[in-house]
Amino acid sequence: MDFRLTEDQSALQSGIRAWCDGQLPHERLAELAKGDPFDAKLWSGLAEMGVFGLRAPESEGGVGLGLADAALVFAELGRRLVPGPVAWTHLAAGLVPGAASGETVVGGLDLAGALGEPHLVEHFGALDVLLVLRADSVERVDAKALAAEPVATPLDPLTPVAHVRSLPSGERVGGADLAARLRLEGAALVAALSLGIAEMAQELATAYAKEREQFGRAIGGFQSIKHMLADMFVRQEMARAAVWAAGATYDQDGVGDRARAIASARVVAGDAAMKNARACIQIYGGMGYTWEMPPHYYLKRAWVLSTCFGTSEEHEARLAEMLGA
Amino acid sequence: MDLRYSAADERFRAELRAWLADEVPKHGPPPPAHDWPARVAYDTGWQRKLFDAGYAGINWPKAYGGRELSATEQLVYYEETARAAAPYVGVNFVGLLHGGPTIVAEGSDEQKAKHLPRILRGEEVWCQGFSEPGAGSDLASLKTRAVRVGDEYVVTGHKIWCSFAHVGEFCELLVRTDPDAPKHRGISWLICPMHLPGIEIRPLPTLAGEGEFSEVFFNDVRVPVSARVGAENDGWRITNVTLRFERGTAFASEMINLQRVLGEIAALAKRVTRHDATAWDDAGLRRECGHLLAELDALWAMVKRSVSEAAQSGMPGLEGSAIKLYYTELFQRVSELGVRVLGRAGLARDDVAGLPSRQLIHRHLNSLSLTIAAGSSQIQRNIVGERILGLPKDR
Ligand SMILES: Cc1cc2nc3c(=O)[nH]c(=O)nc-3n(C[C@H](O)[C@H](O)[C@H](O)COP(=O)(O)OP(=O)(O)OC[C@H]3O[C@@H](n4cnc5c(N)ncnc54)[C@H](O)[C@@H]3O)c2cc1C
Repeated sequence: MDFRLTEDQSALQSGIRAWCDGQLPHERLAELAKGDPFDAKLWSGLAEMGVFGLRAPESEGGVGLGLADAALVFAELGRRLVPGPVAWTHLAAGLVPGAASGETVVGGLDLAGALGEPHLVEHFGALDVLLVLRADSVERVDAKALAAEPVATPLDPLTPVAHVRSLPSGERVGGADLAARLRLEGAALVAALSLGIAEMAQELATAYAKEREQFGRAIGGFQSIKHMLADMFVRQEMARAAVWAAGATYDQDGVGDRARAIASARVVAGDAAMKNARACIQIYGGMGYTWEMPPHYYLKRAWVLSTCFGTSEEHEARLAEMLGA
Repeated sequence: MDLRYSAADERFRAELRAWLADEVPKHGPPPPAHDWPARVAYDTGWQRKLFDAGYAGINWPKAYGGRELSATEQLVYYEETARAAAPYVGVNFVGLLHGGPTIVAEGSDEQKAKHLPRILRGEEVWCQGFSEPGAGSDLASLKTRAVRVGDEYVVTGHKIWCSFAHVGEFCELLVRTDPDAPKHRGISWLICPMHLPGIEIRPLPTLAGEGEFSEVFFNDVRVPVSARVGAENDGWRITNVTLRFERGTAFASEMINLQRVLGEIAALAKRVTRHDATAWDDAGLRRECGHLLAELDALWAMVKRSVSEAAQSGMPGLEGSAIKLYYTELFQRVSELGVRVLGRAGLARDDVAGLPSRQLIHRHLNSLSLTIAAGSSQIQRNIVGERILGLPKDR
């Protein structure tokens, strides 16, 4: 057992971080938020970086890595709030032709969990294919042929949503097992994205607290602020441990219960993202309440993620069952 | 990122598991909390059994009776002892978990040979004499004075909250050897025998009504200079080594143990009736349990991360402060949940109506100390904020 990143994993992580940092500084995010945030150039860049085909076998043009590696990559996407249906397209690699290469943009609806209705589809305008997860099946629907009403003001300015009023049944691509697997892997990816949010919210707040002065000193010197930041750091590191462990548990035989590890990561990382984003707004003070500053984007994305692939409450209930078993 | 245990680790696990399955039931339940002679016998007797079977000092040097096994075997040891509900280190806490490790890291060869094998065999109980009435969180302001006379230090001062002082044979004692130097630079770290003339121990009952710690008065106590660990006036650095162990790894077995405790609380909730339902029928309570389990999983994963990092450096890192913060507050929430499940049976500290009040109340009252002892949560937040995040110092 060695829980540290391998050299390859460190390289993967720093490579994707450098790329995201270059592509999506906060000014760029603010620009994207003004129009349709789905950026085709960015999307093909993600595809070139291997984000979608990361776990597809090399024989199918993928990279052949595991969920632990995907978790590293998705945490980086979370840090920079990369817009687009990244988790769904990644999950669709190997199921939907063209997904692994990013040429087919795949979104989805998870109807197996508690939050089926209303059917709000993220990034609908950009989608070629919509995957629909039900308890006993996975279906693919041609998104271009589907009627949906775009919502004029989405919660997250970087995550447009459209309302699908009537959902036709699509072409069946798998049964209950596939649906369960995709939900589980989806929850792990959401946990990783949440980790990235928790981490960046902490870093933004720490940097601000070192610079912003009141009463003649940096606000980070005030204990109430310092202690909030310490708690943010602790939440982020616990989330990181849980997310990495979930990935490794999923990939490696005999390490532990896969569903439990992922549910735990999802609960802890989801909590960290939400709480850190809120704390970040508080630490920015009045500036944190403005549109122009980055903290609100983090809170809003954390909010979106909290509804994806099972709510925290569903995962908690599941964990309780395992505990009671 | 490899979480698989090796074949050797798994062999170690299988052997240990089999041994524990035999020995834990034989050792019986722990004696009542107030019966100190019985507690010492119970805790040190268990340590002796571990030693004889080759399970003491998993990562300590072979030369001093340890096994010198890997950090992962240490983790396996924690997992298996928790799973088997093996006896807790108890009075061996200081010696095994931070005093001994400090000597391994910083002690002289003579000190190692003298103390380490005896600690491992359960023959030497240690206590910690760091805090003073005026020096708790601000430990470096301690005043207990040590004046060097020939090859002895003459020690005078007043220590407080010394856990196990009344049963300890040796004490990790912090003294001021240079009163004129800045406060962090005039401290030395001594191994003080507790039977020396001039030491007076006054028990200080805890809020749990137990005699776990004491006040200790030193009146011209003569401690040999050879009992000093590290250089004179370099004691603050040694103290930080001790505290890294105390905050970093000392509680690891308790952390994994909490998973079993939570399972027991869930089982209890299924037994406790609330009118025509059980406590477990409450979806809110179940979710709370699920949330706590998620946090316990994260905590154990974090310990694994920290152990993997420390396997390189040989010392727990600063993240120990983050782990201590998270663990202590989580422990309190788990133990409080146990008390809530008991309901009004928790008004009794003895078992009533077949419910385990004694253990659950004891655990919860004890848990209140966790966020104070070994550096309070506020101090840990300062450490995380200042030393990890680089925020401006308080003053
Ligand atoms: C069960 C138990 C066992 C113990 N065992 C031992 C032992 O064996 N040996 C030993 O030497 N000591 C022991 N201690 C003592 C322990 O280390 C101290 O109690 C602890 O360091 C806090 O010091 P204090 O009690 O003086 O509190 P204080 O330092 O007076 O603190 C009081 C409150 O003020 C807060 N505070 C203090 N300074 C700051 C600051 N800078 N910023 C923000 N808040 C601050 C604290 O967090 C706390 O809430 C034990 C304590 C307990 C409870």
